[in-house]
Amino acid sequence: MSAVVSPIRKPLVTGNKTYHQITEDLISPTEKAPTKAWLIGFILAVSVATYGVFCIIWTIWVGIGSWNLNRTINWSWDITNFVWWIGIGHAGTLISAILLLFRQKWRTGVNRAAEAMTIFAVICAALFPIIHMGRVWLAFFIMPYPNTRGPLWPNFNSPLLWDVFAISTYFTVSLLFWYTGLVPDFATVRDRAKGFRKKIYNTLSFGWTGSAKHWQRWESLSLILAGISTPLVLSVHTIVSFDFATSVIPGWHTTIFPPYFVAGAIFSGFAMVLTLMIITRKLLKLEDYITIEHIESMNKVILLTGTIVGVAYLTELFISWYSGYVYEQFAFFNRALGPYWWSYFGMMFCNVIAPQFFWKKSWRRNVTLTFFLSIVVNIGMWFERFVIIGTTLARDYIPSSWSLYSPSWVEIGIYIGTMGIFFTLYLIFVRVAPVVAVAEIKHILKSGGNQYVGEGAAKAHHSSEH
Amino acid sequence: MANIENRELIYGLYNDEEDLLRAVKSAKNDHLEIYDVYTPFPVHGLDEVMELEESRLHIAGFIYGGLGTLTAFLGMTWIFVKDWPTIFGGKPYWSVPAFIPITFEMTVLFAAIGMTVTFYLVSGLGPGVVNTQLDPRITDDKFCIAFDKAMVDSGDVEMFFKNTGASEVNSKNI
Repeated sequence: MSAVVSPIRKPLVTGNKTYHQITEDLISPTEKAPTKAWLIGFILAVSVATYGVFCIIWTIWVGIGSWNLNRTINWSWDITNFVWWIGIGHAGTLISAILLLFRQKWRTGVNRAAEAMTIFAVICAALFPIIHMGRVWLAFFIMPYPNTRGPLWPNFNSPLLWDVFAISTYFTVSLLFWYTGLVPDFATVRDRAKGFRKKIYNTLSFGWTGSAKHWQRWESLSLILAGISTPLVLSVHTIVSFDFATSVIPGWHTTIFPPYFVAGAIFSGFAMVLTLMIITRKLLKLEDYITIEHIESMNKVILLTGTIVGVAYLTELFISWYSGYVYEQFAFFNRALGPYWWSYFGMMFCNVIAPQFFWKKSWRRNVTLTFFLSIVVNIGMWFERFVIIGTTLARDYIPSSWSLYSPSWVEIGIYIGTMGIFFTLYLIFVRVAPVVAVAEIKHILKSGGNQYVGEGAAKAHHSSEH
Repeated sequence: MANIENRELIYGLYNDEEDLLRAVKSAKNDHLEIYDVYTPFPVHGLDEVMELEESRLHIAGFIYGGLGTLTAFLGMTWIFVKDWPTIFGGKPYWSVPAFIPITFEMTVLFAAIGMTVTFYLVSGLGPGVVNTQLDPRITDDKFCIAFDKAMVDSGDVEMFFKNTGASEVNSKNI
């Protein structure tokens, strides 16, 4: 037996699994009738999504006037929600790409669900700028193609157009990466299925056979996609931050934005992964695959990125004072002590103070606390974007144009609705595809299963000798 | 694909990838020509013992990426310098730094789509493709070595499976 026997390394798969048991545990949730909890969740998610679609149609029918934007505050909930969703959409590719390059094997337990989450979050995010364009039926005008209007081209110098390219590329590459990973697992589902179900999964699995050459190419493809996704994922939120950073608005016009946005995106993405995975592992009984070790690892990432975000907040404050530039100083004074002081306080508390609990090992390993804090972080990251966008715009150069803003029922409806869309898609995904990457878990079993590493290793190692 | 010619395969199933690796090695030593090996997950070291050539997918990826770079950069250059020159904020028409983000994104996009499509095409996989599966358990927990009956002596192969500890031996037309 050539497997690694390590008394130090913590096992990533517990429960002395065999390959067949892994198949059984991970594929069977897609084969059984949906549980009551799933049905209730699904009906709830679909209802909320329907209400969101109604509010979107209302906006398109009545116009952007149905939102409470005004001439001073011309961006608010829509772009806040857009940046929030895009941020959440960063964890999937980070887990699957960057952690693959760093050879972090614990990623195998959560990468599939995190990538799915990425794709659904990007769909929700993309809705907001598209609706905000006003005449959505002309949304295709943003794509550069030879047209009869001149031809009239989009402005390639505009960060808003860079965003269009960044997000559509990010969505496409994440989808290809995710689906290529799913193909061998769909083949496993296919080979256990009968009748019509077999037909569906035969189409989905692209006729996968498991040939050695195919696996070799598959691994090569995964590695290169991971390699190019790594700068991609960093570029996406960098470009999102350019939407603000390249403007001349005090409070936005800062070079710290790209790294600070990327750290914030990873931070909020991991928080959402934790929220979802803690529920999923409980309901689908995946505690042997998504272990406390996984949760602890993700909490460490949250602690690190939360602290980076905190340092960025303080740096911003310091630089605004140090710059000696009165408009910049006022922008930050207004954020902390202006009419929206509570959102600044919420941001500081949720994003900087809350994750500090994770310095303590036993708290990092506490599932209830982690679940609670992951939601706190999600709220905090929403506040961060609102502070940057809404609060900053409310107080601009001329006091006569100062204004206040609160969302209309339509804006609230669209935001809540995107959560419905997100959970509807996630719940469908849980039913049709294995939530944990089956082939990848089997691949790491001998270097990460608890019969090979950790305390019980020697005994099981002996019994697997044949 | 392989359905065009009717092949009869004789194949053995193993319970563990270590057994499979040993078996593939001994098949190489016995000069038995393996038709293919099927596994439920990528087994490390298998391509070396099978003496598979390294995949050239990364070269294809590089070329696709380069195409993306050129398409984006030359496209924007042509549009903003030649087709419809526009002044933005007194900057030159050919504002290279502003073209970097889109050029980068298109490089990644072309490489990713190109490589993925190439992967499915050269592997003969895709929506609607039906390949005969030797055994449904190959995607679960069995590791399979298959020989083309026309290329090997069946007595030798049966001996080989017996010696290397295959748990089952079967044959199938594909």
